Amino acid sequence: MSELHAIALAVNGRKVDAKVEPRRLLADFLRRDLDLTGTHIGCEHGVCGACTILVDGVPVRSCLMFAVQADGCEVVTIEGLAGEDGRLSPLQQEFREHHALQCGFCTPGVLISLTGLLDASPDPDEATIRDVVSGHICRCTGYQAMIAAARAVGGRVASGRS
Amino acid sequence: MATRYLGAAVRRVEDSRLLKGEGCYLDDLALPAGLETAFVRSTIAHGLIRAVDASAARALPGVLAVYLAEDLGPSARRPMPLAAPHPLLTQPRTQAPLATDEVCYVGQPIALVVADNRYIAEDAAALVAIDYDPLPVITDCRRALDSAAALAHRGADHNRAATLTARFGDAAAAFAGAAFSVVERIEMERGGAHSMEGRGVAAMPSPDGMGITLWSSTQAPYMIRRLLAAHLDWDESRIRVIAPDVGGGFGPKAVFYPEEVVIPLAALRLRRPVRWVEDRREHFQATTQQRLQAWDVEVAADVAGRLIAIRGRGVHDAGAFVPYGVLLPLSSLWPFPGPYALEALDLSLDVVFTNMVPTSPVRGAGRPYANFVIERLVDRVADALALDRAEIRRRNFIPRDKFPYATGMTYRDGSKVTYDSGDFEACLTEAMRRAEYADFATRRAAAAERGLRRGIGLASYVEDTGAGPFEGVSVRVLPNGRVHAVTSAASQGQGHATIIAQICADALGISPDLVTVTSADTDALAYGMGTYGSRVAVAAGSSALNAAAAVRAKALRLAASLLQCASDDLTIAEGRIVRRSGPADTGLDLALLAARLAGTPGIPLPDGFAPGLEATDYAPIAATATASGTHIAEVEVDPATGAVAVVAYVVAHDCGNVLNPLLVDGQILGGVVHGIGNALFEQMVYDPTGQPLSSNYGEYLLPLASEMPRIDIAHIETPSPHNPLGAKGAGEGGTIPAAAALISALEDALRGEGARFSKHPVSPEDVIEAIQLGRCVREVVPSASPGGGLLEIAGG
Repeated sequence: MSELHAIALAVNGRKVDAKVEPRRLLADFLRRDLDLTGTHIGCEHGVCGACTILVDGVPVRSCLMFAVQADGCEVVTIEGLAGEDGRLSPLQQEFREHHALQCGFCTPGVLISLTGLLDASPDPDEATIRDVVSGHICRCTGYQAMIAAARAVGGRVASGRS
Repeated sequence: MATRYLGAAVRRVEDSRLLKGEGCYLDDLALPAGLETAFVRSTIAHGLIRAVDASAARALPGVLAVYLAEDLGPSARRPMPLAAPHPLLTQPRTQAPLATDEVCYVGQPIALVVADNRYIAEDAAALVAIDYDPLPVITDCRRALDSAAALAHRGADHNRAATLTARFGDAAAAFAGAAFSVVERIEMERGGAHSMEGRGVAAMPSPDGMGITLWSSTQAPYMIRRLLAAHLDWDESRIRVIAPDVGGGFGPKAVFYPEEVVIPLAALRLRRPVRWVEDRREHFQATTQQRLQAWDVEVAADVAGRLIAIRGRGVHDAGAFVPYGVLLPLSSLWPFPGPYALEALDLSLDVVFTNMVPTSPVRGAGRPYANFVIERLVDRVADALALDRAEIRRRNFIPRDKFPYATGMTYRDGSKVTYDSGDFEACLTEAMRRAEYADFATRRAAAAERGLRRGIGLASYVEDTGAGPFEGVSVRVLPNGRVHAVTSAASQGQGHATIIAQICADALGISPDLVTVTSADTDALAYGMGTYGSRVAVAAGSSALNAAAAVRAKALRLAASLLQCASDDLTIAEGRIVRRSGPADTGLDLALLAARLAGTPGIPLPDGFAPGLEATDYAPIAATATASGTHIAEVEVDPATGAVAVVAYVVAHDCGNVLNPLLVDGQILGGVVHGIGNALFEQMVYDPTGQPLSSNYGEYLLPLASEMPRIDIAHIETPSPHNPLGAKGAGEGGTIPAAAALISALEDALRGEGARFSKHPVSPEDVIEAIQLGRCVREVVPSASPGGGLLEIAGG
């Protein structure tokens, strides 16, 4: 159980070498070992989506993945969405414009999923956006403003990430 | 002062941090050398603990301690203080932080494991062996008062915690004189809050070991400080409670929990920071829930559909303990009779213990219960008279010229429930216009062509908001010209900081971006209440208004003194002091004035000025502000599968003066979706032995984006006369009538099938069953002719 495994991955463009227990969840690795606390843990069974990150460009639940499985991968967390200068990405900016967040706990996961969508398909229709947002549980906003925010970004520019 | 920002859709000052993942929720706190924990909780609903063997857990490498009640001194063993005592509460049972002998619900804490990390803590918790003697279990509150019912607590005489009554007028006479009456059984199943961040507590002893700092994901840090001090028999001054960013509250985070005692006790013993963060399974098992209430009620009316009286008896599931006293069931009584004028009312509500996790307020507290009961009865009378459901509401509304209107009910402080202002008919009319109510038949016919049943339903409501007595705000101009506002009110995402920044910005002639708002630290302000019952914009907002106005007046007085003119000749624009006439520039700005009053060594302050360009205010809130509104829902039902789709939803809502439409809309949208969850999805299921069968989001369904309609919102503004902002609370009005509106629409959709719904949630299976039952009823009972003699319709 406690035997450590060496892993090497890139997180938000930064190379990371670490030794982890095989059972260490990727979410805990990011939060505790790398101090990237923007990835939130809401349900630990893959339903709520708060812990969603991009692994090799694809949104995944970091509570359903072990850190050792990320060996050799490129990971992007919420901390990697804004520009180097701290400027919000277009999607983040539209979330603010549309009041698409309240307590902000589920927000990083939703932003990551929608970033993944917009990267893959720059102008998704509302049904597709709704489908992606329905992979997340938000108790505050009623979702409507999230969908409007993603629509406002769609077609104009992708997520703004390089 | 000019209102440039108040009332405008100002974007939130909170957002940049949260959008970048820079929020700091409880589990994000960087605690030096912090330890992590796992609770060992009861796995049975009722029993006696015969023996606990923690030796294997204690021996596990990485475990620092395993604490049972006996290890943490008497304060771990004695019952916790009651947050809201009430004279009618005859069995004021609260739990001890750690159970000593009897356990009364699955999830009750028995032991705490402290370890280097949560993985080890969980490993060790699984090694704690507990030997129980099981006791009989009661889970059905409807049977809890039967003479043969099992007792939720060993040695109790019965399961009754309290019987609450509410009455005015002469109900018996009103019923005797009425044209007809309708009886109904109405039930609302148990549900949960499900904030996306669970609860959490962290504690750090002060370096001298004499005090403690507690972080809690709470809605009420001042209440936690007060109750923890009482429980430990400490001076409050030794305890500092801070609520960091909190990921949703919705009611259960305003409860004083066992974890908030055990974690500080462990930290004091180990002299190190200790943290506990709830996992989702614990949220299902150990965070307070809401909503099992069952009513047998009857309404009397005349042939014109005028409601005359309501009477009935209900039972309320308190769960195993009453940490919040009877506040929740009480708050389901005083919203009666809603927006309608009645002659008489006679209700009694039995609050009973069961072997399940305690119930507490959840978004709307008791008001959604009352609303569902009232609105079902109004629909029943409309049906009996074949009257339009909007028309019956219009006929019964308290008219706008009757405010202030005393309903005949009383609040828990003994004051009369009095609606301060409103225009119920305007809300109804606007909702109907937006919902295209008059054209509904066309849409119903079009749906029928597709094999679907379409229905429209409505519900009107009132909500007492902005409860007193106060909430504190301190406003201070910093020597760099920025403004720091501190409030005692904790925030769980409602946008309090933005509202307070808007108020300060208007008063001081600056941009809201120049205002930093911090909150929920008991060391920052002496007194505070908490965030619940849609009260913060009203209470803290009023204090912010007064404090900011006092700061403005002080700034202008100081400027006038320096310029040797009258302060009336001056005003503030863009942070600079300017003359109203003549050359505008005075060379003074807020930064300079703040620096002057911040003091310079050896230099006296200007004559007659106290230090600091700052003011603190606790605006007194003496009476509630009554929000109100009407919701209209439209649904399509597939009669073959029972699937219900919410296809349209309109809210016409009166929360007084709208301080920020963006934020109010956000509160309403979230609230409606919560209510849709209540109506169609959310049910906490227990088996007869008290085991929760809902323990994850496969078994407990929450509303998702895929189920949500577009929600259209209209604001009707009747300002409250009870606070200087004219505001009313907006946090719960979205939820309160949503289930009633949805179920009304569902019933309307299946009108042809004769289906009836008097409970929630309604599952697809329930829909199919109701269609089949309606078919049977139509075959057996000939249609009744309403309006003559006594007509009784039994609910399904």
